Amino acid sequence: MTSNLPLYVLAAPLLAAFVVNLAGRVWRGSVAVLSLGALLFSTISALLVLQQVLAHGTIRYTVGGWRAPWGIELVIDPLSALMLVLIAVVALLATFSALASARQELPGREHLFFTLYLILISGLFGLAVTGDAFNLYVMLEITSITTYCLIAMGKGRAPLASFNYVIMGTIGACFYLLGVGYLYMLTGSLNMADIQSILPGMYGSISVATAFAFLMVGVWIKMAFLPLHGWLPNAYSLAPSSTSVLIAPLMTKISVFLMIRIIFSIFSPDYAFFQHVGVQHLIVWAAALAILIASGLALAQTDLKRMLSYIIVAEVGYMVGGVWLANTAAMTGAILHIVNDALMTLCLFLAASAIVYRLGDSKLASMQGLYRRMPLTMAAFTIGAFSMIGVPPTAGFFSKWYLILGGIEAGPWAWVYVAALLISSLVNAILFFRIIEIAYFQGGGEHGHGAAMPRQEACAWQLSPLLLSAVALLAIGLAAGPLVEHLIIPALPAGF
Amino acid sequence: MNIITSLLPVAAVGISLIGAIFIILANRRPNLRESVTLLIAVGKFLLVLSMLPTVLAGGGFVFTLAELIPGVPFQLRVDAMGMFFALVASFLWICTSIYSIGYMRALQEHDQTRYYASFAVAISATIGVAFSANLLTLYLFYEMLSLSTYPLVTHERNAEARVSGRKYLTYILGTSIGFALPAMLIVYAIAGTLDFTSGGILSDTGVAPGTVALLLILFVAGFAKAGIMPFHGWLPAAMVAPTPVSSFLHGVAVVKVGVFSILRVIFDILGPDLLRSLDLGMALTYFVSITILAASLIALTQDNLKRRLAYSTIGQLSYMILGAGMLTASGMTGGVLHIAMHAFGKITLFFCAGAIYVASHKKYISEMDGLGRQMPITFGAFALGAMSIIGLPPLGGFISKWYLAVGALQADQMPLLLVLLTSSLLNAAYFLPIVYRAFFAAAPAATTETGIREAPLLCLLPLSVTAICSLALFFYPNVFLRLVEMAIAP
Repeated sequence: MTSNLPLYVLAAPLLAAFVVNLAGRVWRGSVAVLSLGALLFSTISALLVLQQVLAHGTIRYTVGGWRAPWGIELVIDPLSALMLVLIAVVALLATFSALASARQELPGREHLFFTLYLILISGLFGLAVTGDAFNLYVMLEITSITTYCLIAMGKGRAPLASFNYVIMGTIGACFYLLGVGYLYMLTGSLNMADIQSILPGMYGSISVATAFAFLMVGVWIKMAFLPLHGWLPNAYSLAPSSTSVLIAPLMTKISVFLMIRIIFSIFSPDYAFFQHVGVQHLIVWAAALAILIASGLALAQTDLKRMLSYIIVAEVGYMVGGVWLANTAAMTGAILHIVNDALMTLCLFLAASAIVYRLGDSKLASMQGLYRRMPLTMAAFTIGAFSMIGVPPTAGFFSKWYLILGGIEAGPWAWVYVAALLISSLVNAILFFRIIEIAYFQGGGEHGHGAAMPRQEACAWQLSPLLLSAVALLAIGLAAGPLVEHLIIPALPAGF
Repeated sequence: MNIITSLLPVAAVGISLIGAIFIILANRRPNLRESVTLLIAVGKFLLVLSMLPTVLAGGGFVFTLAELIPGVPFQLRVDAMGMFFALVASFLWICTSIYSIGYMRALQEHDQTRYYASFAVAISATIGVAFSANLLTLYLFYEMLSLSTYPLVTHERNAEARVSGRKYLTYILGTSIGFALPAMLIVYAIAGTLDFTSGGILSDTGVAPGTVALLLILFVAGFAKAGIMPFHGWLPAAMVAPTPVSSFLHGVAVVKVGVFSILRVIFDILGPDLLRSLDLGMALTYFVSITILAASLIALTQDNLKRRLAYSTIGQLSYMILGAGMLTASGMTGGVLHIAMHAFGKITLFFCAGAIYVASHKKYISEMDGLGRQMPITFGAFALGAMSIIGLPPLGGFISKWYLAVGALQADQMPLLLVLLTSSLLNAAYFLPIVYRAFFAAAPAATTETGIREAPLLCLLPLSVTAICSLALFFYPNVFLRLVEMAIAP
């Protein structure tokens, strides 16, 4: 009975997607019931999967009984299980807010929106568990195509942003597919474990290096690793709020996970990091540069959602650098940061979504006096901001701690990365205190004696997940020790 | 030494954090709200006091709240040094709370709930710093203090407050993230721990001298709350805050948290022996001598009373670092002791500045001619506070300055002795004219008619108490001296 558990996680939102499409036409309330029900089911299943994996080790599940290497295999190692839980929890929280936003932004089209939304989540689950290189491509396309549509549902220039993303996303997918093609030619297999067992004999081959390069560039485009980030800011800031609360926390993070998966499950860390002299250093330096440039670009933004989008690009640099530093502390930091960054981004985008819901836009200038108008929203936003800056005891501090520690341990060549992290923290402080200042000081009424603006909080559907995510940031921070020991360290890929 | 695992330190830190919630809940009932403030202030002091006998007997308290990073728990520990600072801070918080009520009500200030709530969080953070068992815990409370005081500094919410708030955070948050955080990580990478250990944690690690020097620079720059030049600019800017905030936070809590953090690093992280062997302590004393003299000179030029006090504070803070940097028994004793002596003196002066403002709405020294005859209690207290800062007997400031001077002699450093004496003269030069003008200068014709009287009782009472304490500390410094001796004993 428990053996089918991993598939339940994936199947629940997929089945619900089709039912929502039909039932939503008849009764609009069913959209909320079905989406939340399916995701709750997924969350519980994901938690059970995680518990099983931690207790009994990696689960290998053959879909439909077709044996690997011919059939599709799901491989749930501790890291995949962690990703499953993360995706499920974030999606569940985001959905509450998305339901409220969608009602406002897409009246009458909620059932269509949530059909795509649920398929996307299902695809994300698929990415986390698949053990087949080609199947991974399929899942990647499922998530991408649904995302294109979800972004295009936004107003104004959203279709254009989506089109831009279609082009970049397709190029990324092509790169990935080419890489898989190379590997298939070399090994005759598409199963990751199978490829990994065949490849070592050919590590000297230039074709293997080409395949690796194609795969890496493919996922880097998908995760918006600067300079391949061009599509992201528009896509994330112009998308409807109901879309961005889901994709902003998860899409880039799952791509970082895919990078780790490729390095550790298809190739080997020895090959990826150390076979080609200089490549490791170059990528860490590129990550440092990505952090600095993206932070600088974030400074230039005047819209909250756009600013957050650039911060996401900078955070991708954190994680890519952390993985490529190739030591235990940095890898711990990178994986912890996947979790933390997903939650911080969720918290901030939920806040942005609540602000858009009330104010109509997310321009920084219109946020004056917001601490009085939406005190709870802004309190949660402040905690999210502190976490981004890296103020203890919020979660963001601890992943940054491990990343910087990894940088220090790696030696003098990685100091650029350490410096970039510190500078980016400072820039984040400036970014967020600029907003806090605008929202804290009232527009017009000098000296604060003026008539207070009426209190007008976001609705409970948006507020409750927001507050939960803010509390989670504090809780994860305070529980960082046990969390790292019992979840992150076991999830570190073998060999670390 | 018997260390007791106990919730007492947690309660001492947490009481005002919980209290802040009640303060917010009592938003619409000012009397209840102020009662809560006073109640938690007294409660906090009693909690700290209840731990004093054990600490004096050589014991301590410890409690681990969470495991954050391998080898670095979120842990509170009460030792002599922490107790010393907590005792001063929690006692003065009671005075400040009473004073706040008088001041804020007399001026009918806005947003008082936010004010009292932020204050309660800030004092929690201050006691948290005092009771931190390791550098990470200290850093956590340090940042908490920076952030919780931002609403207090920007309380006026006008353009000036906005600029000052920005400056405040840029200096304090910027340096702590930019310098203190990497320094902490380097220490962790070398030693694998961040626990405050008497004698330091780096001495046996064979760390390179260059690294130690770098760490010292990073820490001194990173804890910018100590106001060492060139990271002092935030303190005069922060004077835009209401006076009770300036008194307590920028006379006692915030600035001394900076000093305390640096002292902790010198005594318990880097270690006096290591610093002495590399002559880094002396380098530090000469570096802060510049601040001592420069700040005193700038103070001479300030006409705004609060700004003059701010520059005086900058100078006096560096006395404490100077004493610690000497790394001699007397110097270290004087440095740590000056935390308390300066706290009582300076808070009195700030209280007086606020009382003058409440009574007469005067901010500038040049307007205060003859004011002492109308406000004799306030200016009497001011004179006592000023004498303590200058270091005249029979006031507390004399004792710490005495130890500092002896320390300079022990270290055989005549230039430092000269710095101390020059600075004392400068202190006299910028304080005594104020007292003289208030009592003896002829009042401008207009003021005699307006009938300025003393500030409300709730303002007068605390400033009298702190002034008397300054006096009493000269005669009864024993408890503090004992704690300091225990703190610096190797």
